[in-house]
Amino acid sequence: MEIQELREHAKNVRKNILKMIANANSGHTGGSLGAADLLTVLYLEVMDVNKENVKGIDRDRFVLSKGHTSPLLYAVLAEKGLLDEKELMTFRKIDSNLQGHPNMNYVDGVDMSTGSLGQGLAAANGMAIANKLSGNNHRVYALVGDGESEEGEIWEAAMAAAHYKSDNLCAIIDENGLQIDGFTKDVMNPEPLDEKFKAFGWNVITIDGHNLEEIRNALEEAKTVKGKPTAIIAKTIKGKGVSFMENQASWHGKAPNAEQLEQALAELEAE
Amino acid sequence: MAKATREAYGEELAKLVVENEKIVVLDADLAGATKTADAKKACPERFFDFGIAESDMIGHAAGFAASGYIPFASTFAMFAAGRAWEQIRNSVAYPHLNVKVCATHAGITVGEDGVSHQAIEDIALMRVIPGMEVYVPCDENQTKAVIDHVAGTSKPCYVRLGRAAVEDVYDSKDVDVTKVHVLREGKTAAVFACGVMVQEALKAAELLKDKGIDLTVVDVCAIKPCDEEGILKVLGNHEIIFTAEKHNIIGGLGGLISEIASEKCPRKVVRIGVEDRYAESGPAKELMKKYKLDAEGVAEKIEKSL
Repeated sequence: MEIQELREHAKNVRKNILKMIANANSGHTGGSLGAADLLTVLYLEVMDVNKENVKGIDRDRFVLSKGHTSPLLYAVLAEKGLLDEKELMTFRKIDSNLQGHPNMNYVDGVDMSTGSLGQGLAAANGMAIANKLSGNNHRVYALVGDGESEEGEIWEAAMAAAHYKSDNLCAIIDENGLQIDGFTKDVMNPEPLDEKFKAFGWNVITIDGHNLEEIRNALEEAKTVKGKPTAIIAKTIKGKGVSFMENQASWHGKAPNAEQLEQALAELEAE
Repeated sequence: MAKATREAYGEELAKLVVENEKIVVLDADLAGATKTADAKKACPERFFDFGIAESDMIGHAAGFAASGYIPFASTFAMFAAGRAWEQIRNSVAYPHLNVKVCATHAGITVGEDGVSHQAIEDIALMRVIPGMEVYVPCDENQTKAVIDHVAGTSKPCYVRLGRAAVEDVYDSKDVDVTKVHVLREGKTAAVFACGVMVQEALKAAELLKDKGIDLTVVDVCAIKPCDEEGILKVLGNHEIIFTAEKHNIIGGLGGLISEIASEKCPRKVVRIGVEDRYAESGPAKELMKKYKLDAEGVAEKIEKSL
């Protein structure tokens, strides 16, 4: 896919994120927008998942360890044609399959129920070890937050993934430098994440998490690394694409009102 | 013959892991103690150690289950039901993943290791989770039957196992672990017991026989889903009810029977167990005596309460 085409998809994903959250009047805007380029490239360009194989597990899988950015996952699944775009407007409402944090039992293509931070990477590595045991070549991806990396279980899982040489596992670390209470460096500094993952025995690639070419190259490079898992440290801007949301911790879990939505959509359109 | 339920677990799992290639065995640096080492020996390629990281082990178990495997994950009850509670709640039970948490060294009979290792809250912690099945087998045969049973379901399960050797209650593993079993019928009162307390309740009934106290003793292995029909039948036949468990009197078997009795068949229910306190280090037998959980202690409590 041409980069320009990918960019259009990412823009559409961002628009849907904003519409879903505004419609629900609830949800996590900043992180969802910030990691939109990462998941757009992953799902549209890299992962082996499609309408034919999505109901089973004979394919690549993805764990949204930072489960609060579920609007992003749902929007990307819709962009990929795996989820009806109309369903997006049920997000966070009664009787919806699109729970506030993802539920794997309700949506084909949601590969793990997540939401409680720190738990997804262990499940992803469990899948990666299981894939090796089954003798298949499917890959497992996980999106982990930099704030989320303050959870000890991330490092337990990081240790286990290196120990079991899970080269079929790729963790994308969404390094936006913000968490609910403020900047990660002020709240509880998880840095340097690249050095930490290296020290834990991972292959580490650091990229600009909004450069679609870099994202694609890193995900492809990760496939070639043998004997160790890969962490892609993606430097991102929380709230990316909407000027008044960018780099604002206050937009972590806030929904835009009608006026803000209109302005945000207009900004994305003008981009 | 006396054998610890953890040993029976190890033997049965070692057999099952060879028979069923979907079974994987996970441990957190306690394979020798939980007895998953037997399965490791039988099938090393499907044994995975996660080191001293119980939450991480449960997370990995979720990943294995989401991949079509049947993980048996073991550590001590304190670290499974305690430390990894939220991983069991959110990564296993909520998504209905087929994980079997088989926790050993439950209750105060861990003994000398003391309070930090004496899980007296695990039945309560596990049965409060929606969709989680909970089993507390009392002897070798029932443990093997439970392990066969949970291996054959697709539900998340918690199996509570003990450290110390226990006498046989059942002659064969041909026992329906989903039903309560009336092991002794009497007229004075009924005792519902689980795990090692089944044996103690049976002995207590013998001690009280000469005093004209004639007890029904019921083994409740399936705490959840429980055999409500079987429990109600016993409640219907007795005015006074006792529960006996190697667990806090809050939230475990005593809680279960009280809930059923209060809603469907009001009875006086006297709970025998650890009385909402911490025990201490010491040999298992002496702890059982001091905390009045041995046959004499149970008999004394029953006699006083009648």
